[in-house]
Amino acid sequence: MDMRTEYLGLKLDSPLMPGASPLGDSLDLVRRLEDAGASAIVMRSLFEEQITREMTGNIYAVEAHEESFAEALSYFPKPSEFSFGPDEYLDQLRAICEVVSVPVIGSLNGITARGWLDYAKQIEEAGADALELNVYYLATDFSEESLAVEKRTLEIVRAVRAALRIPIAVKLSPFFSALPHFARELEQAGANGLILFNRFYQPDIDVENLEAAPTLNLSDPSELLLRLRWLAILAPGVKITMAVSGGVHSGLDAIKSVMAGASAVQVVSALLMKGPEYLKTIRLEMERWMHEHEYESLKQMLGSMSLAHCPDPNAFSRANYMRILHSWRVAPARP
Amino acid sequence: MSERPKVIFDGNEAAASVAHRASEVIAIYPITPSSTMGELADEWSAAGQKNLWGTVPEVVEMQSEAGAAGAVHGALQAGALSTTFTASQGLLLMIPNMYKIAGELTSFCMHVSARTLATHALSIFGDHSDVMACRQTGFALLASGSVQEAHDLAAVAHSATLRARVPFLHFFDGFRTSHELAKIEKLTDDDLRSLLDENLINEHRKRALTPDHPVLRGSAQNPDVFFQARESANSWYLACPRIVQEAMNALAARVGRQYRLFDYVGHPEAERVLVMMGSGAEVAHDAVDWLNSRGHKVGLLKVRLYRPFAVEDFVRALPKSTKKIAVLDRTKEPGAIGEPLYMDVVTALREAREDGMTTLDPKVVGGRYGLSSKEFTPAMVSGVFDEMSKPEPRRHFTVGIVDDVTHLSIDYDHELDIEPDEVVRAVFFGLGADGTVGANKNSIKIIGEETENYAQGYFVYDSKKSGAITISHLRFGPRPLRSSYLVKQASFVGCHQFSFLEKFDVLEYAAPGAVFLLNSPYAKDQVWDHLPREVQKTLIEKKIRFYVIDALSVANATGMRGRINTVMQTCFFAISGVLPKDEAIAAIKKGVQKSYGKKGAAVVQKNYEAIDHTLSNLHEVKVPAQVTSRFSLPPIVPDKAPDFVKKVTAVMMAGKGDLLPVSAFPVDGTFPLGTTRWEKRNVAAEIPVWDEALCIQCNKCAMVCPHATIRAKVYDPAKLEGAPLTFKSTDFRGNEYKGSKYTIQVAAEDCTGCSLCVMVCPAKDKSNPRHKAIDMHPQLALRDSERVNYDFFLGLPEADRTKVRLDVKGAQFLQPLFEYSGACAGCGETPYIKLMTQLFGDRALIANATGCTSIYGGNLPTTPYCTDANGRGPAWANSLFEDNAEFGLGFRLAADKHEQQARELLAGLALPGPLTADLLSADQSSDAGIGQQRQRVAELKRLLPATPEGARLALLADYLVKKSVWILGGDGWAYDIGYGGLDHVLSLGRKVNILVVDTEVYSNTGGQASKSTPIGATAKFAMAGKARPKKDLGMLAMSYGNVYVARVAFGAKDTQTLKAFQEADAFPGTSLIIAYSQCIAHGYDMAYGVEQQKLAVETGYWPLYRYDPRRAVNGESAFKLDSAAPKGDLAVYMRNETRFRMTETQDPARYKELVKTAKENIQERFRLYEKLEKGLPIIPTPAPVEK
Repeated sequence: MDMRTEYLGLKLDSPLMPGASPLGDSLDLVRRLEDAGASAIVMRSLFEEQITREMTGNIYAVEAHEESFAEALSYFPKPSEFSFGPDEYLDQLRAICEVVSVPVIGSLNGITARGWLDYAKQIEEAGADALELNVYYLATDFSEESLAVEKRTLEIVRAVRAALRIPIAVKLSPFFSALPHFARELEQAGANGLILFNRFYQPDIDVENLEAAPTLNLSDPSELLLRLRWLAILAPGVKITMAVSGGVHSGLDAIKSVMAGASAVQVVSALLMKGPEYLKTIRLEMERWMHEHEYESLKQMLGSMSLAHCPDPNAFSRANYMRILHSWRVAPARP
Repeated sequence: MSERPKVIFDGNEAAASVAHRASEVIAIYPITPSSTMGELADEWSAAGQKNLWGTVPEVVEMQSEAGAAGAVHGALQAGALSTTFTASQGLLLMIPNMYKIAGELTSFCMHVSARTLATHALSIFGDHSDVMACRQTGFALLASGSVQEAHDLAAVAHSATLRARVPFLHFFDGFRTSHELAKIEKLTDDDLRSLLDENLINEHRKRALTPDHPVLRGSAQNPDVFFQARESANSWYLACPRIVQEAMNALAARVGRQYRLFDYVGHPEAERVLVMMGSGAEVAHDAVDWLNSRGHKVGLLKVRLYRPFAVEDFVRALPKSTKKIAVLDRTKEPGAIGEPLYMDVVTALREAREDGMTTLDPKVVGGRYGLSSKEFTPAMVSGVFDEMSKPEPRRHFTVGIVDDVTHLSIDYDHELDIEPDEVVRAVFFGLGADGTVGANKNSIKIIGEETENYAQGYFVYDSKKSGAITISHLRFGPRPLRSSYLVKQASFVGCHQFSFLEKFDVLEYAAPGAVFLLNSPYAKDQVWDHLPREVQKTLIEKKIRFYVIDALSVANATGMRGRINTVMQTCFFAISGVLPKDEAIAAIKKGVQKSYGKKGAAVVQKNYEAIDHTLSNLHEVKVPAQVTSRFSLPPIVPDKAPDFVKKVTAVMMAGKGDLLPVSAFPVDGTFPLGTTRWEKRNVAAEIPVWDEALCIQCNKCAMVCPHATIRAKVYDPAKLEGAPLTFKSTDFRGNEYKGSKYTIQVAAEDCTGCSLCVMVCPAKDKSNPRHKAIDMHPQLALRDSERVNYDFFLGLPEADRTKVRLDVKGAQFLQPLFEYSGACAGCGETPYIKLMTQLFGDRALIANATGCTSIYGGNLPTTPYCTDANGRGPAWANSLFEDNAEFGLGFRLAADKHEQQARELLAGLALPGPLTADLLSADQSSDAGIGQQRQRVAELKRLLPATPEGARLALLADYLVKKSVWILGGDGWAYDIGYGGLDHVLSLGRKVNILVVDTEVYSNTGGQASKSTPIGATAKFAMAGKARPKKDLGMLAMSYGNVYVARVAFGAKDTQTLKAFQEADAFPGTSLIIAYSQCIAHGYDMAYGVEQQKLAVETGYWPLYRYDPRRAVNGESAFKLDSAAPKGDLAVYMRNETRFRMTETQDPARYKELVKTAKENIQERFRLYEKLEKGLPIIPTPAPVEK
């Protein structure tokens, strides 16, 4: 079966790849992913604040105590190798580039233009074939307009685009009020691809201790629907390639994603649960289904169910909402 | 020959730079002020820096200086080139090996930053008392007086010892030289190679012990031969001075700096000559030049090689015109005819004259100066010359102090200032935490490296560890700077904290017409009205140019959170004009890039923004012609303070302790307790505020408070009469004190703002969980009202300790007898000490090992141990670092002997009635029982007959009330240097309680690894992360079978901690409590100390247990685990702390392995502890408890 696809200008053997996750942390896992047919390796996100926070934390927890007391002008040695920051990440990136032959995609999660640019360059220099820009921004400021949020993101993309040679993909959150327009602007700003969507960190509430309880649940297939819908909406309007991320747990999920317009399919939760080898299972499921349904290549189905081509575009627009909503029935009261 | 680099070094780096390159094996042990030398050597070796012969020197940290000396001795015997670094008590511990090393004629050079020996008090500062204690060892003693000399003469010493075979002790003044930053010329590797003769190194190697050519050294000799054999080395000592001079000449030939065994400077026909060594001689050098330029004929002889003392070189170096000599010693030998250098000079002159080497017959007097880094200035030198002009100059005088008791001190003109205008002088007042010193060090580097100027920096630090104040003294000038004394007349004074204006006479340092830069929250047209009258007056009188900047706002606006260092540094360069503005700013940015570039662009950018925003916020203030302020500086202490505090302590607190005369001091180092309460330091930006309605009255806040600044009281409602309006009170909840009122009160002016109390507070507002029963609020707005409230609170009666229920809550109603110490904000040690004083303080003797505990426990000006209303409290003493267990055991032996004699005397008195029997058989197992015994003793004292026995018993009767002996110290003492003694005390089983506050690192000397340091943690001397797990001190103690052992963590399980303290005191033998103590050396925000303690216990990192041999007597297991099986991820605990994170970032793969091993260790240890709890035979059956 011809599973070839093109994503971010990269020619890939298949659309299947791990998404940004701890799967890239170990060289052993990376090798197993490649063996299981991953067409690219996406590394976990390097968080700008993580570095900045650790650095500033270091200033306040370590440096603030230095040069204060005559007997102890410092409390830590100053090893020449020591540095907080992207070094570990870049080392891992270099190591992965050495052990795999498929493209390696770095991922950067930042909040300021400055942080983005600096680390993006370092990731490129370390050998990444492409870069994901993970725009994880939670607007909590009541005085901030939605336009400002979009504008800042566009500026970041333009700045990174100008500084880098490798393709860049922007990983979006679903919380944009006018995503199609914004997607097109991102395209114009120089993004080579879009990834739908990042998964938000949603803390639970600990009612005993009255605290926000950090939780991070793995995705389940129900989350795919949101992605399918937006892939289908965006696909006809943007020229750049798109990837799905979040909710793909089977070959059928992957097929739906491609049909909705995804050139690449990123899998994380399923692989975390079932191991890297599960990627091969997904591929086999896809191939079997395609074979059974007499597809010859992946290209045949790419975007076939997007808003432009699907036989019932209303299904993706408001009408669908009403129909589905009305189909719910309240469970009858128990006798 | 290549151009030699000009570098900014301090004396420690200058010496270590040579020592590291000239050595193969380096064995060290940390001690102030020499620790830096060992740390640098370790850092260089860890970074792979090679010595002159292409190999990386091996650096090993030992358990004590005695151990380091032993290791060095061994390395030398086995043929390695070796060195070590030490000072003070450390040097004393090396003396036995020094005799051996010298006796065996071993080529060896050690470097000493000379430091005061502990006598009536410890002092970390500099004088020659330690070096002078080594005169008799057979070591050559070579003195350096400046940073450049510490570098050059280190090379001379390493060179000369190879040929002389006499071992060398090269020394320079602790702090004054060891910590002074100066621009020096660095010797290249080729320079050093040229001085270290390869053939001589080979000779050294050939003398090595080796089975290939075996010899025997260290025989035991008898009366027939020892004497002759001891004399056999004489010729080596006779030859040594010439060899040193040759090495000095060889150095001069290469670098142009000529040193002599005795360097004379001054007038060629001087009649009055000073003889000195060390940094003081540099001060005298300047003074002599200045005096001669004004027509005097004076001179100075700098002693470089003090041992072997070359008599002929000495007398030849003196001008023929010499009529009077004053020898200044930086040491004191009570009872001697004079101090050592003086004695040597007198003897040398006499012998030289008798042997015809000279005809000089000057009058010689000796004087003492500069003990414990006491300032030594040109004015004092001038005073000494004035004294010498007198017909009968005083013998054995002192200079620099006022001796109003034995009247030995000479007077001098305090106003004399000889510094030339060409030297730019600047003084900066800062907080340790605001980065002032770091910025100044950076400025020195900039000016020293970017310009032709010479630069000098010296930094005065605080004796407190929280809210520490620093004073930086900087000089820049076109010529080498010999002024090794503090700046007195500065052309630039920077005050980096506005509040200092009310505490210190900041402008005392300002020369007329100087610039004053103030970090002020008030704008340029408002600041004047916020200055005290005294400050306004000085600004006007001295015609000072006054600048302000709101540095905090600039720093905060650019995300620098209170780090105002780069802002103030930029201001300094902008105003002072030492460098063109743009060049200076570029250089500051370069410095920032160098410091932070590797760690994160964001931080660099924040700094850049701060620098760029500085100049637009810097404003000159027009100084009005009149003083207009309506307020004056507040008194240092209130009028109600005791006399001693007002007359002595307050003067020290004001930074004017130098002015106190000899008569102000106790003759034997004895001080009154409870003086911290008079030092209102106001260091907290925010303090806890209590919500009485929300509070559940658990008293946990008081339990965890490191400074006893949040307290609980329960009292009769009637006592509220006259309470201040804002004083908070609520009904006590619970049955014990039904009908009583309850208050949690904060000592606003003593609190350090660590917020541990807020973190531990369990009471949250149900509608707004962000609000707890204690929240942090800005201190300034609360200061006045809370001062009054706290005063009122202290006046409320303390709980009756004979009735308090001793659970966690009840124990916090007991008065802490350890308060407002100088410990770090959030200190993990002090809550244990405070708890101990609450439970047993009124009958406790504390033996305190040197370390953090002894510094915040006993460092002047003010000390935290205090007394209760009856005048009882902990009696505290610090002996040494290494002997504390033995020292405390001595307390016990004495107390027991006193008690025994009291009992014997009492039995012999045959008093009527049951009193005697009651006294002898009293149950003192509770505070109630102790209270009754105290009453009986009082009764006994009334009944005592006026006989000799009665008088003796009157003194001893109080020992019938049981005493609680506490041996207190950190892990450096208990695991390392004091372990031998600790082990012995454990083995004796006497009734002492040992409290080890375990920070898992040498905290006081700055984070060196101890045997308590855990696997995976980075520390100094374990730079890559410690590869071996920490020693299980508890298991070692348990192996005796009759020692009570507990491992506690108050933040994880306070009930267990409390129980352990109670059981330890009640246990009739030796007890050992190992207490988890978070520390700034762990590298995280100490506010999370309690959270980390919880994680430590949960993950099994710090299991809790109590091993009580008494349980075994009842057939139960002596060992009781108080924490559950390890759960949760150890890596999470570790990741929160820089000490582990640093290991991870250096080598993630290795770190992973270390974490894996750590996890396995934890599981193994838990299984072992489980077996212990089940009573499986792992260690010997507990021996019966002896009374």
